[in-house]
Parts: sequence; C-alpha cells; structure tokens
Amino acid sequence: MSLLVDIASALCLIAGAFFCLVGAWGLLRMPDFYTRVHAASVLETLGADLILLGLALQAGLTLVAVKLLMIGLLIFFASPTASHALVRAALLSGIKPLLATADSGEASSKP
Amino acid sequence: MQSFLGVFSLLFAFWLLLSGMYVPFLVTAGVGCSVFVYWLARRMGLIDRESFPFRLAGRAVFSYWPWLGGEILKSGWDVSRRILDPRLPISPTLVEFVPTQKTDLGLVIHANSITLTPGTISVEVEPGRFLVHALTAEGAAGLAGSEMDRRCTELEGRG
Repeated sequence: MSLLVDIASALCLIAGAFFCLVGAWGLLRMPDFYTRVHAASVLETLGADLILLGLALQAGLTLVAVKLLMIGLLIFFASPTASHALVRAALLSGIKPLLATADSGEASSKP
Repeated sequence: MQSFLGVFSLLFAFWLLLSGMYVPFLVTAGVGCSVFVYWLARRMGLIDRESFPFRLAGRAVFSYWPWLGGEILKSGWDVSRRILDPRLPISPTLVEFVPTQKTDLGLVIHANSITLTPGTISVEVEPGRFLVHALTAEGAAGLAGSEMDRRCTELEGRG
C-alpha cells in the first residue's frame, strides 16, 4: 500500500516538474506578452497543483497535507484573478496583442 | 447571528488546522483571534451573502471542481503540446461573447474558470460581455455557449 502511494506521489511530482519545465520553456518561446501569460498558466495550474498533490500524498493524513491543500486552494482562487488583472492592465495600457489572421493562421500584428 | 457562526467556525477551524498544538492557552487565543477577525471583517463591510457563498460549497466541490480539473488537464496538455511543437502552432485570438450568468458571483466563477483553464484568459468581464484572449482560434470558437457556461449558470441558480 505504501509502495503504491509512493509510486502515485512520484508520478505526480514528475508530471508536475514536467509541466513546470514546459511552462518555463513556453514563457521563453511565445512571441508576445499575452501568449506568454498562457504559457505561465500551464505552469501555475498543472505544474503547481500536481507537485502539491504529490507532496500531500507523501505527507499522508496529517496536518501537513491539510496545509498543502490550503496552499492549493489559495493558488486556485488567487492565480486566475492575478492573471486576469495582469492581462487587463496590459490591454488598457495599450499593449497590442499579436493576433492570427483568419485566412493564413500566421501571426500578424493586426490589432 | 448565522453569518457570525459560519464565519467564526471557518476562522476557528483554519486556526486549529494551522496551529496543530492543542493546549488550552493556544486554543483560547484562537477563539479570541477568530472573534477579533470577524469583528474587523464586519467593520470593513466584507461580510455579505456574496463573500461567503457557503450554499454553493457542496455542489462546487463535488460536481463542478472535478469537472473543471478534467478540463484543466485536457487543455493544459494541449497547450503543452503546442509549446513543445517546433512549429509553435498557435493562432492568438481575441473574442467577445455573451455569458448567460446573471449574478456577479456567477460571472466571477465563469471568468475565473476561463482563466484557470490553460489557453484562455478573460480580459474584460462585465455583465453580458466577456472579452477573452485565446491561444488558438479553436479555443476561442468553443467559448460562447460552452459546457462551462452552462455549468456555471446551473451552479449560480442554486444560490
């Protein structure tokens, strides 16, 4: 049983680390501000939550697991609000999003 | 009174779970702090129907969150694949649509769910108008009248 929990926890941690790396890679690779925020959202939802879940499995039914769950809840409510505020502020201050044109699918700077 | 009991039990449970040391002095201090924080929050006008939507909790935790978790996993995987693809197949799109929620709480739940799902971010949120930035044109096309929209309205209807 404890071996199964260890395996599940390791899988969660590895998957979480993988999504964090992908998110960071996307953050570097995306062409403009708004698309970078999309890459960061992979990192903050899947990456952070999977790592927290993996750690909670390691902690078992203890207060530590409850605290990890609370951190998860905080991220769950706070991170979309923060992303929304960030993107809205960027749009209001006049950063033009890079948009794909309907026909070619290529990214262009048409507003 | 009912709101006092609800908020107080929440704060006190939070104290007990974070503290983990159950000696009389600390538990009493916890009661004192919970009452004090409740008093502060009430003075600041933070306590109303909207800031403590306890009545939605059961439905949200057992029905909406698991579904949302599945959606996050699906779209997170999709965005990850696009990031790792050497051709970077993205088609960023701004899209406006009309959400069906009527209350502020319902609109916030919908907007936060959109942002929480990788690949879509809500930019402007007003009653009757959402402006959403999507990483792909397909993601943008699926927003209006989506399953998420339907589920949020259903959740809101319980309130």
